[in-house]
Amino acid sequence: MTTLSLAVRDSNTMLRRNLLRMRRYPSLTFMLIGMPVIFLLLFVYVFGGTLGNGLGGTSGGRGAYANYVVPGILLMAVAGTAQGTALSIAMDMTEGIIARFRTMGIFRPSVLTGHVLGAVIQTMLGLVVVVAIALLVGFRPNANLIEWVAATGVLAMIAFALTWLSVALGLVAKSVETASNLPMPLTLLPFLGSGFVPTDSMPAAVRWFAEYQPFTPVMETLRGLLLGTGIGANAALAAAWCAAITAICFFWAKALYNR
Amino acid sequence: MTSPTPPAITTTGLRKSYGDKVVLDGIDLAIAEGAIFALLGPNGAGKTTTVQILSTLINADGGHASILGRDLARETGAVRDLIGVTGQFSAVDNLLTGQENLNLMADLHHLNKAARRRRTSELLEQFDLTREANKPVSTYSGGMRRRLDLAMTLVGAPRVIFLDEPTTGLDPRSRRGMWHIIRDLAAGGVTIFLTTQYLEEADQLADHVAVLDHGHIVAQGTPDELKRLIPGGHVRLQFTDPDEFQFASQVFGTPVRDEEALAIQVPNDGSVRSLRALLDQLDRASVEVASLSVHLPDLDDVFLALTGQPNPERIAAP
Repeated sequence: MTTLSLAVRDSNTMLRRNLLRMRRYPSLTFMLIGMPVIFLLLFVYVFGGTLGNGLGGTSGGRGAYANYVVPGILLMAVAGTAQGTALSIAMDMTEGIIARFRTMGIFRPSVLTGHVLGAVIQTMLGLVVVVAIALLVGFRPNANLIEWVAATGVLAMIAFALTWLSVALGLVAKSVETASNLPMPLTLLPFLGSGFVPTDSMPAAVRWFAEYQPFTPVMETLRGLLLGTGIGANAALAAAWCAAITAICFFWAKALYNR
Repeated sequence: MTSPTPPAITTTGLRKSYGDKVVLDGIDLAIAEGAIFALLGPNGAGKTTTVQILSTLINADGGHASILGRDLARETGAVRDLIGVTGQFSAVDNLLTGQENLNLMADLHHLNKAARRRRTSELLEQFDLTREANKPVSTYSGGMRRRLDLAMTLVGAPRVIFLDEPTTGLDPRSRRGMWHIIRDLAAGGVTIFLTTQYLEEADQLADHVAVLDHGHIVAQGTPDELKRLIPGGHVRLQFTDPDEFQFASQVFGTPVRDEEALAIQVPNDGSVRSLRALLDQLDRASVEVASLSVHLPDLDDVFLALTGQPNPERIAAP
């Protein structure tokens, strides 16, 4: 068997293990989707009326804000699931079965690739639920099929990057508790970006951070694809950020796993 | 090498330290194929580290080791295909069922569907887990979990199996069941490398025993050879009257005395003949003994005899 077919076969086996575990323990998945949904409802129904008027568009109000906030909420959901991945990686590492995998003649990184593929699938399924709820509360995208596919691709890209980051964080954490806290700041990044309000309303220092952090170009690209606002250089920036995060965290995680 | 086939496991000068702490300080072993080998020692002696090195989990700092002629450092992949490991902490997936755990192993060993079904049902049968096969492992008892653990190790039909304290924490019945399974495996030609804290276990199972203490092999041989190294058991005589205690101490020369408990220890092998001789001696001297108890040699005595140091783990336990 060639290295590649061994890699694909073992990664696939590990993916099936992780999907089975998610099915056995669905409460974690629901908990992870719960938070962005609550923020969505909070921001549309409590703050939405006022915030929508401040957007400076022609219509304003709650409906405009529902449209504005969804990309931020989607990224919050991606970051939340990443937190769950770090947790399940750290939990897995404390169990004896990892020692078993390490002494077997299998494709070694398959333990990690199985987790990553499983987490990306979990994230995408979670996003379907979040988008469905967003549509119910007044999200009105004007995207065509190609734009939807592109938006899905952008989300998969950032999910992939953040999953590798959370795998590394799960491996570097000394305990399961630390592992679940380390990725926490990720869920706050949409706030410190263009997720909830436009960056030009922020004071200089915060604004500088908000405009140059990786989530902003991703959210702007999603906004452009789903709602037809300008994308500009954001798509390329988003892709570059995701590629960089994925590459760095992949090698970091691999080194941590092999130590 | 004189024998036509290489030994199952050989190590020469195996070393490992963590920082300043030397865990293994030059381990030499040669274990024949199909043998049951027991590495005996207290916690902290380096048993688990030895297993971790030989099972490719960690690297040694120095020395050489090979499994069935394959060098551990250079042919790690080939070694992994030959071995099976059941560690001290159960290596099962608690969220999956027993059947799913075995399926996972079968898939990682690239068995096809038919082979997978055949092998897993064979193992479930052999380890008496068929009835619970579709229940999640989190509901299993300690003994069942240990059996599943070993069954998972066997899916790939390994030729050398490492068992790190396979019976620690098991009740006596499960322990006996595990011994039975280990004997069956060895009868099938599999080489077994097990670690244990119990001399009795090594005695029951092993063809060859090595005693590890502070990173050194302090003795090795068959269980009988090992037992001959131990000065034998003793009888503990318990007194209630301090005068009797003093008197008995004089009668037996200078025995091991426990002043606080008013007890002395007299060497004795525990046979009826030597016990009768002891009682006769007590009678003749008219020593009033409150009670006596017979102590047969155990791991503590091995350590006392071989290292001059008690086994701290066992002494601390009541």
